[in-house]
Amino acid sequence: MQCPKCRGTMRTFDRNGVHIEQCENCRGIFLDYGELEALTRLEAQWSQGHAAPPPPPAHGAPSWGAPHGGGHYGGHHGRKRGWAGMLFSS
Amino acid sequence: MPQAPHLAQTPAAPSAATPHDTERHDAAQDNTAQDSTAQDTTAPHGTGQHGAAQVNTAAHNTGQHDALVRRMARLAAEHGGHDAVVVPTRPDVVIVRAGDVVVKAHAPGMEPGPLRMRMRATAAPAMSGVLLPPLSVEVTETHDRLVTVWPAGEPVDQSDPDAAPWEEAARLLAALHSVPAEALPPLPPAHGPRRAAGLVAALTGDGPEERVIRRAFATLPPEARGERPHPRPAVTHGDWHMGQLVRRGDWILIDVDDLGLGDQAWDLARPAAWFAIGLLERSQWERFLGSYLAAGSPALGDGADPWARLDIPARALSAQLAAAAVAKAREQFRPLDEVDALLVDTCARIVSAGGTPP
Repeated sequence: MQCPKCRGTMRTFDRNGVHIEQCENCRGIFLDYGELEALTRLEAQWSQGHAAPPPPPAHGAPSWGAPHGGGHYGGHHGRKRGWAGMLFSS
Repeated sequence: MPQAPHLAQTPAAPSAATPHDTERHDAAQDNTAQDSTAQDTTAPHGTGQHGAAQVNTAAHNTGQHDALVRRMARLAAEHGGHDAVVVPTRPDVVIVRAGDVVVKAHAPGMEPGPLRMRMRATAAPAMSGVLLPPLSVEVTETHDRLVTVWPAGEPVDQSDPDAAPWEEAARLLAALHSVPAEALPPLPPAHGPRRAAGLVAALTGDGPEERVIRRAFATLPPEARGERPHPRPAVTHGDWHMGQLVRRGDWILIDVDDLGLGDQAWDLARPAAWFAIGLLERSQWERFLGSYLAAGSPALGDGADPWARLDIPARALSAQLAAAAVAKAREQFRPLDEVDALLVDTCARIVSAGGTPP
């Protein structure tokens, strides 16, 4: 395959299942349909896996406690309504 | 004086032997007997209709109830409170508010002796600024109920739990826990563990939920199941939650019904359980616990590992809350809701975690 820009020769790479063509001359990259999205997805997965873990609670938590990382019940205002009454009653 | 209104009967609250919850001091209601609005606003966690038998019983008791309310309104007037209205609260308690005066008929079956001890302790100078003192230490026995008289206060806004005064609440609990028992008239023993045991024992079913709640409760040592007194009893509120705070200038604790000598960590067990269940956000829990520890209460040791003291009471409260939630769902012939299921899941995790920690 020839580079659409400089007519150089394009070499094919496979990176994590994504098919990439790079021009040996101008280093330009050609992506097939859907492959940009595939790359974006891979990047998101990578950054999720490598994001800094939430700081541990300053005062610990019991071994049987619910996970308090992301989502779950905490932090989501709409979902807290179901238990707000418990906050105010015996 | 206006005609004493009927009590707007609220559905059974998820609790048993406990009182007060004057959290709706400000909610003056229309004087209508069948005020469905009152039911809705005071039933935070699912409403269901009671069976016909209970409705009939309620109707049968209406006369007795009205007489009680009229007597409470007269008591309020003796303390300068007029225009009495019934404030919706838990179904076993009656609260009448008349201007700046609140009159409370405690839950049926409460013993007068221990309540009188608690009233005297609440009025002691050492409790000043911590626990709301009554207008009178007197306990009036009328219509088979014990009635006490209090100044009114502004409760925490239930519609905005995020704005709840967590730091103030923690500081007040720490201040209460710093009052030496010797500075007060004698108090009865706290009965938090016994109440938890009672609610778990009251589960009649044998479904997987009931079984896992019983197994979670069985991981507790005898003193946490109310089978042995706490070895180092100290002053405890006994029924702390956000409904037990009112503002009269500054925030102050209310409700003496469970004031007693016991394990002070139990006063933090309910919020600790909310956190462990996954209901209370970590940030709010940390605000609360951090303020409590910063206030210098010794109840959680030196504060380096607060869960060493909190773990067992929080397990007990988790089982208690789950038992109350499952009992209520069964009573209403409905499946468990999302919050109920979280409570039962927590019991399953307690069982998986095994016995008590070192």
